[in-house]
Amino acid sequence: MSRRALLAAAVVVVLLLAANSLAAGGTSGTGGRRVPLLQRGAALYAANCSQCHGPTGEGKTRPGPASGVNNVAGIGPSLRGVGARTADFYLSTGYMPLQNPYDQPRRSRVLFSDRDVKALVAYVASFSPGPPIPQPDPASGSVSQGMRLFTQNCAGCHQIATAGGYLPDSVAPPLEADSARQIAEAVRIGPNLMPKFSTSLLPDGDLNSVIAYVQYARSPDDRGGWPLAHVGPVPEGLVAWFVAGVVLVGVTLTVGRRIA
Amino acid sequence: MIERTTTTLEERSHTAPFGLKALRYLFPDHWSFLLGEIALYCFIVLVATGTYLALFFDPSTAQTVYHGSYAPLDGAHMSQAYRSTVHLSLDVKAGLLIRQTHHWAADVFVAAIALHLMRIVFTGAFRKPRELTYYIGLSILGLALLEGFLGYSLVDDLLSGMGLAIAYGVALSIPFIGANFAALVWGGPFPGSAAFWSRMYVAHVFLLPILIGTLIALHLFLVSSLHHTQFRGGRRTEKRLIGVPSFPGQAPRSLGLMFAVFAALFLLGGLVQINPIWIWGPYHVADSTNGAQPDWYLGWLIGALRLMPGFDVTIAGRTVIPNPFWGGVLFPSIVFGALFAWPALERRLTRDRHPHNLIDRPRDAPNRTGIATAILCWVFIIFMAGSADRAYVLLGWSYQTQIEVYRVLVFVGPVVAWWLARRICVELLSNERVEARRQAAELEAEQAAGRG
Amino acid sequence: MRRLWRWFLVLFVWRAAGESDEDGGERPPRIVPEGPPSPRAEVVVVALLALAALSAIGFIVVYALDRLPYQTQYLGLTLGGAFAFLAAALIVTAHHLVVTEELEDEYGTAQPEAAAQVAQVVSESGSRLRRRRLLAAAAAVATTAIGLAAVVPAASLGPIYDLNRFTRTPWRRGRRLVDQHGRPIPAAAIHTQELFTAFPEHADPEEISAPIVLLRLEPDQLHLPQGRSGWAVDGIVAYSKICTHAGCAISLYRTPLFPPVDEPPGLVCPCHYSTFDPQTGGTVVYGPAGRPLPQLPLMVDRRGHLRAAGNYSGPVGPSWWGVRNREVSS
Repeated sequence: MSRRALLAAAVVVVLLLAANSLAAGGTSGTGGRRVPLLQRGAALYAANCSQCHGPTGEGKTRPGPASGVNNVAGIGPSLRGVGARTADFYLSTGYMPLQNPYDQPRRSRVLFSDRDVKALVAYVASFSPGPPIPQPDPASGSVSQGMRLFTQNCAGCHQIATAGGYLPDSVAPPLEADSARQIAEAVRIGPNLMPKFSTSLLPDGDLNSVIAYVQYARSPDDRGGWPLAHVGPVPEGLVAWFVAGVVLVGVTLTVGRRIA
Repeated sequence: MIERTTTTLEERSHTAPFGLKALRYLFPDHWSFLLGEIALYCFIVLVATGTYLALFFDPSTAQTVYHGSYAPLDGAHMSQAYRSTVHLSLDVKAGLLIRQTHHWAADVFVAAIALHLMRIVFTGAFRKPRELTYYIGLSILGLALLEGFLGYSLVDDLLSGMGLAIAYGVALSIPFIGANFAALVWGGPFPGSAAFWSRMYVAHVFLLPILIGTLIALHLFLVSSLHHTQFRGGRRTEKRLIGVPSFPGQAPRSLGLMFAVFAALFLLGGLVQINPIWIWGPYHVADSTNGAQPDWYLGWLIGALRLMPGFDVTIAGRTVIPNPFWGGVLFPSIVFGALFAWPALERRLTRDRHPHNLIDRPRDAPNRTGIATAILCWVFIIFMAGSADRAYVLLGWSYQTQIEVYRVLVFVGPVVAWWLARRICVELLSNERVEARRQAAELEAEQAAGRG
Repeated sequence: MRRLWRWFLVLFVWRAAGESDEDGGERPPRIVPEGPPSPRAEVVVVALLALAALSAIGFIVVYALDRLPYQTQYLGLTLGGAFAFLAAALIVTAHHLVVTEELEDEYGTAQPEAAAQVAQVVSESGSRLRRRRLLAAAAAVATTAIGLAAVVPAASLGPIYDLNRFTRTPWRRGRRLVDQHGRPIPAAAIHTQELFTAFPEHADPEEISAPIVLLRLEPDQLHLPQGRSGWAVDGIVAYSKICTHAGCAISLYRTPLFPPVDEPPGLVCPCHYSTFDPQTGGTVVYGPAGRPLPQLPLMVDRRGHLRAAGNYSGPVGPSWWGVRNREVSS
């Protein structure tokens, strides 16, 4: 081939490659990565969430026909405006998806991969503008301030040592498994039957302190010995009867043997 | 050398005959007679450790701000009572050991009395001539419950503060005079005057210990004056008492049990945390926590309070019976009333007015055992109802359903327990009779074979 | 060491011999029977006692140390251990080193003759009395009166007759609400699904009639009782924080995120789970409480801060005789 023809061919190849990479760049650049994420999120949403939350997150107050991955026909609140914060909380704790909309959501094994969770969060956040995922900083909080705030605002349901509690008719879960981010999310959202605490009631600095206290309460100062799960007099009574009682009655059996 | 000591003492007291009698007093040898002693030794630990605690505790409701060694409480508002207890627990060497031992001793003290009471009731040891001893013992039990409650309420932590509020609600629920009575004790409406803390303190460290100590001494005096009862069997009869003399036989046994009780309490006091008040935080009227419970020996009352449906009894617009009355006043009154009335009731129902020094095995008195089991079952079911919320959190059983189930069990359970206990007693007895007859027949057959 | 031991032995034998010599060689008959020796048990007992001693010394050593981690546990182990070894030593002694006799005795009987003599002494002592009944009545009256006089100062323990304090509250019309730091509360700061605790300004927060809970509900969901239509401010209602059952603080607020599946709003007490409905004026919907939660009327001042518009709808706290018949006062 002549040199000119070779040059033209090279230019065409380069141009084709450039066009190709430009087209690919539309999907693989930083702005472009969002598209498959949202698409992925949309697909996951349609399969797992739309049965209760509606095809566009508008919510459902009346159940439609059963559909989706688990064949659920349910009702659910609107997700418009809840933002990445709510989606991240419910998905990362395994509260959602929920098989039966009338069950109380409980912390469970997260069936989605991290990437899937991110995709769903991004998709739900795209419905309408809503609060982002919070970035708490418990290290900047004060454990003593947190203990006071926790007592005043949280202990009534979650128990002073974060061992969880009861209120009619659901469980306020123990808090040992929650990350700082999840605690911050729950406090601001008020999931299920929990009240919410906005920044006017609990500013971010106070929230950091509350989280610091919750983290401390996972292994507090137990210099008195075996802590019996920090639940209080019930296990203490069990120990009094079934440890001390058994041992001492055993001693009476040794001491008070019948003479042969 | 020993004789020189005893002679010296006798010359200066004239007590040697009494001493000899004491040394050779006969104890029955069965292990179940030692349960009361466990309670006695717990009492000794309570007095000793309690004296130590009283040397540090500040019974004052004066408010202060904490700036001590425990960081999570830094800046918290609290009473001096709470602060001094936190200080004793966290900053005084051996303070936490003594405090925890004291609290464990209180829990085990009441448990031992309960076990001892069960032995007395199930063997009929309360019968003539020991009714007075029995009444005194029951009084000790009632006072021990009050003493324990006052003890852990003095600390003014979040859990015990809630318990005091409930006690106030129960006091208020006494028909007609409840508010006057509560105003008298608390010095006004809750949380009461500053003097209320002084009252609790004096009652707990002085009045009740003296009362309980005196009653214990009387109880022991009566037991020895009438002599212990004993089980049937061997050469034991209503007249003939067989046992081990207190010296040298029984003394090392009792002393061994005493030190075993001390050991158990101090080991628990050091190894198992109890009432960690620095984790609960101080009490304030506007604060509360989920899962708050009283100490175990008051758990029967919280169960009763939770089981009652919600109503105040009003007549012509007047509040005659507020709700906490049923669970907080009537229920324990019925139980203690039944226990106090038991000797007289049994005397009347069995028409047995003879004195008894021999006691029954539980199976020998099926009716008594059945009724006692039923009452125990009733109290226990109500006690368990008080833990329904933790059962929900741990096991997922619906709280509301549990309450409904307990409300039925409360009636059905004791009846079933009565029937079952009676049945077992009757079966065991008839088995024994059959066995005895079989052995007698065998013996006769052997003898006949030997003759033939 | 051996010489010392020998001297001790000589001394002992001499003393023992001396004692028997005093009796002229006659020993009184044994009271406590002899028993066989048990040298192994003796060794065990000595070992246990030595361990007890070591444990007790260990306690002293642990006590003397400063800043020892798990100090309470070591203290408990050493002291408890010392007692345990001592207990074991005594129990081994009981089983192997003392004679456990089985003796007979007689139960005493009641002695009605002695009781009769006591009664006789008492009754015969009244030989000089003629007007027995009158004297007995007079003695009874005097004793009762003196007893009463002795007991009466107990009434000073409390305001036994002045029950007005049970109905007095620090709230009155115009009193400003403050949070636990003493800061006033703007109505705009209260959002739905939030639970605020508030106190009366310039009053003791530790009285049971002081703390209240503030919630904002949808105005169309409110169905307050007769005469309380003006008690809510734009859906914000206030109730006493103290449960009407037994007096614990109501610190649980059940608020539905999705009303079609979630329970309706409820204020719950953690002690016995009495549940009060804030939409209907604090009526009891579950649990043992017998009386609705007292409601506090609210208003907003010119600065937008919340103030009380009056006193509670009824007395605060657990029920008592006059709780439904008395008005609250300020």
